[in-house]
Amino acid sequence: MNETPSQTVGPFLSIGLTWPQGYLVVDEDAPGAVVISGAVLDGAGEPVTDGVIETWQADPDGRFDHPDDPRGASGSGFGGFGRCATDTEGLFRIVTVKPGAIGDGQAPHIDVTVLARGLLDRLVTRIYFPDEVAANAADPLLSSLPAERAATLVAQAGDPGELTFDIRLQGADETVFLTV
Amino acid sequence: MIRGYRPAPEGTHPPLDFEGYKSTRLRAPSQAPIVLRQRLTEVTGPLLTGDIGPSDHDLTTQHAGEPIGQRIVVAGRVLDDDGRPVPDTLVEVWQANAAGRYPHSRDNTPAPLDPNFTGGGRVLTDSLGNYSFTTIKPGAYPWGNHHNAWRPAHIHFSLFGRAFTQRLVTQMYFPDDPLFAQDPIFNSVPDEKARQRMVSTFDLEATQPAWALAFRFDIVLRGREQTPFEEPHE
Repeated sequence: MNETPSQTVGPFLSIGLTWPQGYLVVDEDAPGAVVISGAVLDGAGEPVTDGVIETWQADPDGRFDHPDDPRGASGSGFGGFGRCATDTEGLFRIVTVKPGAIGDGQAPHIDVTVLARGLLDRLVTRIYFPDEVAANAADPLLSSLPAERAATLVAQAGDPGELTFDIRLQGADETVFLTV
Repeated sequence: MIRGYRPAPEGTHPPLDFEGYKSTRLRAPSQAPIVLRQRLTEVTGPLLTGDIGPSDHDLTTQHAGEPIGQRIVVAGRVLDDDGRPVPDTLVEVWQANAAGRYPHSRDNTPAPLDPNFTGGGRVLTDSLGNYSFTTIKPGAYPWGNHHNAWRPAHIHFSLFGRAFTQRLVTQMYFPDDPLFAQDPIFNSVPDEKARQRMVSTFDLEATQPAWALAFRFDIVLRGREQTPFEEPHE
């Protein structure tokens, strides 16, 4: 059998893909809750107001509650999935906890999908954490990139418990996108 | 041991920078993507099962009255490319109403809204990967991409599979649509056979007498590599 092709979500994705609580990977008042927010910007620096970002990550122990984790599903009930449509300023906001290191040499990270009008296929990127300097330096993906490109994948620290991660689709400071 | 997911054959998925589709111009990245070796975060993924409402599978029953339009059943299976069913996986859909209009602030099409139709739905596949929706046939609609541009009638589909790598958003089309030839989104898929896999088939057997026409749409997600690889874990 052969795969079904990808198509754009189009401008009206909010009718099908919006969940009111989707941005809450954990509750706002959960211990260790971190807010990751940012803007999605196009090649002219204009906000992408008809997009959605989705996040997928390990729990704080670096485990997945998923049967394909070779260490066994964690059984913790940790969902690990976040989804937030961009607003009229192109902004998104996800409330989560920092994932632990998986233990395979990678620094803690969150996988990200970007969907929008004008994207015929999804874009994939990753969020890394600014307080993991040593782990980031040893990470197989980050260390394979020129420093200025790697920097696009590291969130910026703000107030305690707040991180910023802007996604630039095109042009100067373009975010590194990944093929998985 | 981890088993990754195979990439699709060349020509299956559209390029990001497709000239005919204007909205790609400022949104397609200019740099080539970096190949990320699949590790645990990529071969796992959200197993979403909750929050399915009683009318989510029947878009004709979400309001007080019945929507205008041709009632249809859209059903099929979600499979991987080895033909294995993907059970218990979330399928989300959204579509225009019978007049080709979305109830959305940015849809200015001069066509009527239908107070009895929103156009969003979701279901989980069963243990054999089967899903089914009841809805009305969406209308074609004009858009500003090029002179006299019309989108062929379509239903948007969103799928998760069981791994981050399997995530797919696509559109289902209807057989023999005369608008295919001028639609850059449909034609952005390079391979002609792949393009045809987005076109549903009319299903007389599943058509419900005196009630609803049926269309079949099977969706195929990435399959797994034959050979697992070793990953060290503490």
